[in-house]
Amino acid sequence: MQSAIIVFPGSNREQDVFDALHRASGRKPLTVWHRDSELPKADLIVIPGGFAYGDYLRCGAMAAHSPIMREVKARAAAGTPVLGICNGFQIITEAGLLPGALLTNKTLRFHCRNVHLRVETSQTVFTSRYAEGQVIDVPVAHHDGNYFADEATLDRLEGEGRIAFRYCGPDGTLGEEANANGSARAIAGIFNETKTVLGLMPHPEDATHPLQGSLDGVGFFEGLVEALA
Amino acid sequence: MSDPAVGPKLAASFGLSAEEYARAVKIIGRTPNLTELGIFSVMWSEHCSYKSSKTWLRRLPTTGPHVICGPGENAGVIDIGEGQAAIFKMESHNHPSFIEPYQGAATGVGGILRDVFTMGARPIANLNALRFGSPDHPKTRHLVAGVVAGIGGYGNCVGVPTVGGECNFHPSYNGNILVNAMTVGIADKNRIFYSAAAGPGNPVIYVGAKTGRDGIHGATMASAEFSDDSEEKRPTVQVGDPFTEKLLIEACLELMEGDAIVAIQDMGAAGLTSSSVEMAGKGGLGLELDLDRVPVREQGMTPYEIMLSESQERMLMILKPGSEATARAVFEKWELDFARIGRVTETGRLVLRMNGKVAADMPIEPLVTQAPLYDRPWVPAATPRDLGAEEIEAREPIAVLKTLLACPDLASKRWIWEQYDHLVMGRTVQRPGGDAAVVMLPDGKRALALVTDCTPRYCQADPKRGGAQAVAETWRNLTAVGATPLAITDNMNFGNPERPEIMGQFAQCIEGMREACLALDYPVVSGNVSLYNETNGKGILPTPAIGGVGLLDDAAKSVSLALKRAGETLLLIGGTKGHLGASLYLREVLGREDGAPPPVDLAAERRNGDFLREELKAGRVSACHDLADGGLLVALAEMAMAAGIGAAIECPPGLAAHAFLFGEDQGRYLIATAAPDVVKANAHKAGVPVIALGMTGGDQLTVKGAGAISVVELKRLNEAWLPSYMEG
Repeated sequence: MQSAIIVFPGSNREQDVFDALHRASGRKPLTVWHRDSELPKADLIVIPGGFAYGDYLRCGAMAAHSPIMREVKARAAAGTPVLGICNGFQIITEAGLLPGALLTNKTLRFHCRNVHLRVETSQTVFTSRYAEGQVIDVPVAHHDGNYFADEATLDRLEGEGRIAFRYCGPDGTLGEEANANGSARAIAGIFNETKTVLGLMPHPEDATHPLQGSLDGVGFFEGLVEALA
Repeated sequence: MSDPAVGPKLAASFGLSAEEYARAVKIIGRTPNLTELGIFSVMWSEHCSYKSSKTWLRRLPTTGPHVICGPGENAGVIDIGEGQAAIFKMESHNHPSFIEPYQGAATGVGGILRDVFTMGARPIANLNALRFGSPDHPKTRHLVAGVVAGIGGYGNCVGVPTVGGECNFHPSYNGNILVNAMTVGIADKNRIFYSAAAGPGNPVIYVGAKTGRDGIHGATMASAEFSDDSEEKRPTVQVGDPFTEKLLIEACLELMEGDAIVAIQDMGAAGLTSSSVEMAGKGGLGLELDLDRVPVREQGMTPYEIMLSESQERMLMILKPGSEATARAVFEKWELDFARIGRVTETGRLVLRMNGKVAADMPIEPLVTQAPLYDRPWVPAATPRDLGAEEIEAREPIAVLKTLLACPDLASKRWIWEQYDHLVMGRTVQRPGGDAAVVMLPDGKRALALVTDCTPRYCQADPKRGGAQAVAETWRNLTAVGATPLAITDNMNFGNPERPEIMGQFAQCIEGMREACLALDYPVVSGNVSLYNETNGKGILPTPAIGGVGLLDDAAKSVSLALKRAGETLLLIGGTKGHLGASLYLREVLGREDGAPPPVDLAAERRNGDFLREELKAGRVSACHDLADGGLLVALAEMAMAAGIGAAIECPPGLAAHAFLFGEDQGRYLIATAAPDVVKANAHKAGVPVIALGMTGGDQLTVKGAGAISVVELKRLNEAWLPSYMEG
C-alpha cells in the first residue's frame, strides 16, 4: 500500500502517522507539501494532526481552501480512501468531505489522555481488523474535538452506519464521563456516504508501538494495509 | 515627537545606576543618544549581564567528558553517543507571567525552544517548573489557569511534547510566581550551530516574524522588583505566535541541513540588541545594520523601538557569501520574512543607520567586557537546627497520609499535564506523573530521561543543603527510571540581590549545588538567573530549579513507579533516620515550617543510585520510586495509586512510626522486586542499606498496627484537589 501524507504549515503529527504506516506497510509514505497542486498516485491519502495555519480563523478553515485540497476532494470522489486525524478531521469537515463541525471541548480545555473507543462497524477499509462493539484504547490530544451536527444529520449518520467510533467507558458503555469533549452522541469519528473517507479526533497512530502504552491502533493500520494492498 | 534628554535621570529610569551611566559615557566618549542608552541599559540589565550572579555562577562545575558546550551559548550541549548530542536549557519567564499569565508563559516556552533549535537541534521535549502563591490568594487560580493554558497553547501548537514538570504552592510566591520552561533537543554531534560572528563582509540576515512595539524594555522589567503598580507594565509583555515558531523551526532546520549558516542566534530578551551585540562580541567583530530594512509590523518605528523590541519568533543569522538566495528560498517556502539587514565589519563597532542618519555608533567589546560585575555583599543564612523525632508530635499514619496526598504540593497535577500534549511525536515512553519522563530517541532504541525539581522550603531553611538536595533529587529521579544522569541546566530564582541575606541564599545554594555536581559527576551546561522576584520588599523562597538529563541505552528497559503485580517484595534502598525537619509532615499536618532540612550525604547518594541503576538494568526491579516530599508512605501510596494495586508493610523496630513513615531522609528509593534475595545480597556487597518492608497485593494499603485504606479512596483524594480547586 502506498500512502500519501499531506503536510500543511503547522501540521505536527505527520511523523507519528508516517511511523505507524511505515511499521504496518513496510513502505515509507510519501509526504506532500500543501502547495503542490499535483498529488502523487496513492492508495490512501492522510491529513495528519496539528495546527494547520495555526488554527487561525477556525480549526481547519484555512487549510480546507489550500490548493491541494481540491485534488484531495477529486480523489475522494473517485473513491480513494481519505483519512483525516484530529486537525485532519477538522480540515476535511471544513472542506465539506464530511458533515458537521468540531467545536471547542465542553471543558474549554485541551485534553491529552488515553480514551476508550467503541468500534461501531467493522465493515469498512479502516476498521476491518476490529470487531463491531470492540473497545480500543488510544490517545486523544485536542482542544476542539466536540463533534456537532444537527439532529437530522446525526440520525442520518446513525441510520447509514456512518459512525465509526464513539467515546465509551472501558466496558464499552456510553456516558457523560467517557465523552469528555461533549461530542454529540459521543461521536469520535465518522465516515462519508461510501465509507471511504474517515475523520476521527483520536490518534490510533500513537498506539502502534510497544512503548507507546497501547497497541490498539495496530489493527487500524494493518487493516488498511490489508484492504488496500 | 523628539527624543527625551539623555542623562543620569533617564538612565536611572532605564535601570542604570549613576555609576553605570558614567561608565557608559566613558566607553562611548560622549553623551549617548537615546538608542545607545537603551542598548547599554538592556545589555547591562541583570537579565542580560548576570552582573550580580556571574561571580558565583563561575563556581559551578561546567565540564566533563561528555560536555560539548557549557554555559555561554544559547543552550548547553552534551554528547549522548552514536554521533548525537542533546541540547538543552531552562529559562524563566516569571515577571511577564505574573503580569499576563497566558502570553507570559507562552512566550517563555517559545523563547526556550528558540534557544535550542538555534543550535541546530530538533526539539523533542518540553518541561517546566511552576511555583504559585497560596491557593487562598485571590489571584492564584487565575494565574494557574492562564499559565497552564499558555504553556499548552504554545507547546501543543508547535508540536513538541510537554512531558514533565513540577508545581508547588507557597504564600511567598503570591506576588511573584515562577514560570521556568525547559526544552531538550537532539542534533548530530558534528552539526551544531554557534553564535559567534565571523567573516567581515558576510551578510547579516533577519528571519522570522516582523518587529513590533511589544516587549520594549522587557529585560529591564525582568530585572526590577514589583510594586503595586506592576500591572501597568502589561505593554512590556510580549505576544507569542506558536504557528510562526513552528514555521521558524522547520525553516531553520531545513536550512541547517546545508552549509549556508556561519552563525545564528535567536532574538530573545533585548531582541535585536542582544543578538547583534552578542554575535559580534563573541566573534570580536563589528556589525553595520540598516534599520530601514528590518521588517516591521507598524509604521514610524524609531531606531530605539526597533532595537529594544522583544517581538517573538525572530532570528538573526550570518550567512556565507553566495548562499543568500538558497536561504531566502527556504524561508519563503515557509512564508517567513527574510531580510538582509547589514553586514559583518572589522571595526568592532555596532553602527546602526536609519533614514539616512547614523542612529548609533558604539564599540561592542567594552559593552560586553566592561559590563558591570558586582561582588555583592552577602550574609550566610541563619540555619535552624536538626529536629529530633521526639520533638515532633506523632499523628495517626493513615489520617496523615490522607492529608498529605490531598495537600496542594502532593495532590495529582493531572489537571495540568492533561492540558499539555505530552504524546505528539509518538516517542513518549514515560508520561508526566512519574519520577522522570522518558522520551525515545529517533533511533527507536535509546531514550532520554528528563526531569525538573527543586524543594524551595529546604533552600529557605538551609540554602546550602537545599541547593545540594535539588541537584541530588534530579539525579535520583533520573536513576529511578533506569537512566544514567549526564548533566543539568539550572534556573536560579531569587529575590533582590542587593539585600545581603538574599545574596547569601544565592551564594550558599550555589555552594550546595557545586558540591552535589562534583560528587555526582553531573555538570551544569546551561542556565538562567532570575533575580528581583520580590514585591514590596518581600522575596520568594530561594528556588534554584534544576533540569536534569539522563540517558537510557534501551528505552524498553525504563522502569516506572507503578506497581506491576501482586506478590512482589517491597525493598527500601538507602538509610532512614527519620528526619522530619522542614518536612511536609511538619508543614501540612502540624502547621510548622521549622527545623533543618534533611542532610544530603552525597557519597551515599552516589553509592545507592549507582547500585540501584545496575539492578534496574539487570531487570530485577519491576517498579521504582525515589523517596522525596512526604517520605516513605506517600511514595508507596503513589506507586499503589499508579497501578491500582495495594501493598502491606511493617515498620522496622527502633524508629518512631511517624519518623519512619514520613521522614524525608535523602538518597532513598522504594522498589518492588520478584528477586529480593539477589537484590539484598548485591546491596550488602555494595554497602547499601536495604530493608524488606512488605509485599504488594490486594486493593488496600496496610501499615501493620496502624490500619489500612483502600487504594481507590487514596486515588480519589489525590486526584480531587486540583480540579475542584480550579472549579472554584
